[in-house]
Amino acid sequence: MTITSIPAPAQTPAAAPANIAELGLRESATFDRATIADIQRAAATGVYDIRGWGAKRKVPHFDDLLFLGASMSRYPLEGYREKCDTDVVLGDRHASRPLHLQTPVTIAGMSFGALSANAKEALGRGASEVGTSTTTGDGGMTPEERGQSKHLVYQYLPSRYGMNPDDLRKADAIEIVLGQGAKPGGGGMLLGQKITERVAGMRTLPVGIDQRSASRHPDWTGPDDLEIKIGELREITDWKTPIYVKIGASRPYYDTALAVKSGADVVVVDGMQGGTAATQQVFIENVGIPTLAAIPQAVQALQELGVHRKVQLIVSGGIRTGADVAKAMALGADAVAIGTAALIALGDNDPRYAAEYAALGSAAGFYDDFQDGRDPAGITTQDPQLSSRLDPVAAGKRLANYLRVLTMEAQTIARACGKSHLHNLEPEDLVALTIEASAMARVPLAGTSWIPGVQGSF
Amino acid sequence: MVTLTAPEALAPAATPAVLDLADAPVRELNQSLHNAVDGQSWTVTNPEGKHSLAVGINADVSVTVEGHAGYYAAGMHQKGDVTINGNAGVGLAENIMSGTVHVKGDASQSAAATGHGGLVVIDGNAGARCGISMKGVDIVVGGNIGHMSAFMAQAGRLVVCGDAGDALGDSIYEARIYVQGTVASLGADCIEKPLREEHLAELAELLAAAGRPDNPADFKRYGSARNLYHFHVDNSTAY
Repeated sequence: MTITSIPAPAQTPAAAPANIAELGLRESATFDRATIADIQRAAATGVYDIRGWGAKRKVPHFDDLLFLGASMSRYPLEGYREKCDTDVVLGDRHASRPLHLQTPVTIAGMSFGALSANAKEALGRGASEVGTSTTTGDGGMTPEERGQSKHLVYQYLPSRYGMNPDDLRKADAIEIVLGQGAKPGGGGMLLGQKITERVAGMRTLPVGIDQRSASRHPDWTGPDDLEIKIGELREITDWKTPIYVKIGASRPYYDTALAVKSGADVVVVDGMQGGTAATQQVFIENVGIPTLAAIPQAVQALQELGVHRKVQLIVSGGIRTGADVAKAMALGADAVAIGTAALIALGDNDPRYAAEYAALGSAAGFYDDFQDGRDPAGITTQDPQLSSRLDPVAAGKRLANYLRVLTMEAQTIARACGKSHLHNLEPEDLVALTIEASAMARVPLAGTSWIPGVQGSF
Repeated sequence: MVTLTAPEALAPAATPAVLDLADAPVRELNQSLHNAVDGQSWTVTNPEGKHSLAVGINADVSVTVEGHAGYYAAGMHQKGDVTINGNAGVGLAENIMSGTVHVKGDASQSAAATGHGGLVVIDGNAGARCGISMKGVDIVVGGNIGHMSAFMAQAGRLVVCGDAGDALGDSIYEARIYVQGTVASLGADCIEKPLREEHLAELAELLAAAGRPDNPADFKRYGSARNLYHFHVDNSTAY
């Protein structure tokens, strides 16, 4: 049996009996209903679950941090009156044409193939409206995406699907992808049902077959090679184009240091809450470290090398609100990237398709079978009828609205902390609600001066 | 002192401009090539294994490197011809799109990796992972190739006049491989296939293009069994 012939598993735990309380039933914390469903699904199919979206388990996150607004010892700025700048320059270490974005919230790499052409166009429209960048993905650069994106980052991936020097020269930045937060060390798998003639053509593969993306680059094997590879890309683009290096968060201290050593202009760190189009659930939930834990390690590496704010840091993986944006920046990021949240803004998991989600064995808010190509919202599909449901103009407007809200929310918090630019936020503006978050984010536990693992923090 | 002549002063097919890398940086070479117009030719002296020589060429020019090249020589090559009268390092002609790249000596690993088109000729041997993820390029190797060559090769033709190392064509898609000598082992889903008339004809064409005297009938053909094109639970130990 091929994986494509396996019925879609239920996305939500079975409903509990109405009289569960009266019966005194107690759910096992170890074998809860979702776990039971996973075991039953594995037993029925003999294949591990492949899905999209990203990690669903609860891990320490930005919600476990709080801002210390100004009172006596800090002086706040007036909300809606005093200026709080949001712009960011990315890639001015070596490139002659760095990116100057109006908001530090960017769109993470998502491939044409995983996403429909309309979805890619909508991402470009939304990002351009607010002066930020969007990013290609494993499928290469589409004319729609380039045409609608004022600032487009071209991903240089292990698969090199669709890679060509013309597109390299059209890009505003090049992002060398070494890993993804949802699956550090793992390659991709785009199942055959999404491989239309156009997708197959861009990837130089037959229509309808499963397409495996490599987990490692074919022509270099380590940081010394990467340094030479970056040199080659700079030569091809005449040193105009910033070079990003994206890592999946697992060893961010060492990976960031080696990316800097290799010559990266920008380091992108993607935490385990980052999304994916399709990979093994066991991978999504069990490989990598939380975004919160990754940022201080990456910042430490940049600081020790004397390049913090010179080699910019973009953080992604579970960014949802302006508070998340502000917290990431306070911990030392120069910008953030959003993926899953951007898809939701476009219309992913929209309740108006509730009946169709139910027919697929899922529900609005739970749909994650992006690999199946049957997305009712028309976003993670190549089906012409489904993808035509997404109006790229209207969806782009929704994304632009969302990006504006994220930016304004972050500004509101920054002003309350007395900051005239988002980049002036600092770890001193934060405390942690839990010991775990305190230790990972390296900010004091609220109400104390204690940071677990940091000597002299009492 | 740089002996470079300004490209606009060069008439097509004129005497090659000489760029001596003992005096000029690689940046100057590549910028000159990016500013070039069709018909120009260049001779590069004293390369001394420098990296990224003649990368990103996008005009119908001719470049001859007199000596050994380092990593990524003729990377992303798009038009024209590059000849290296020496050896080439890792990633020779990586992601070549069209045109020709000819190495008179040996090439290190990952030669012509991810190449989309064009012809890469290596008169000597090539290291491991030759033609890895090739996507349409044609590669002719006069000598042997190392292990894991044509891994995940998607399209194009790889001709090996000598022997092939282990795991040849592992996880191969639609690329075609011709080997005259021995194959240490075949990778997952790679099998020997019949050498029919059309294959003899295309092999003869490739050998001729590479200036090789070999007889097509002496080669064996390898390609994908296409058993792993869809993930299948029963094949989980085949990868």
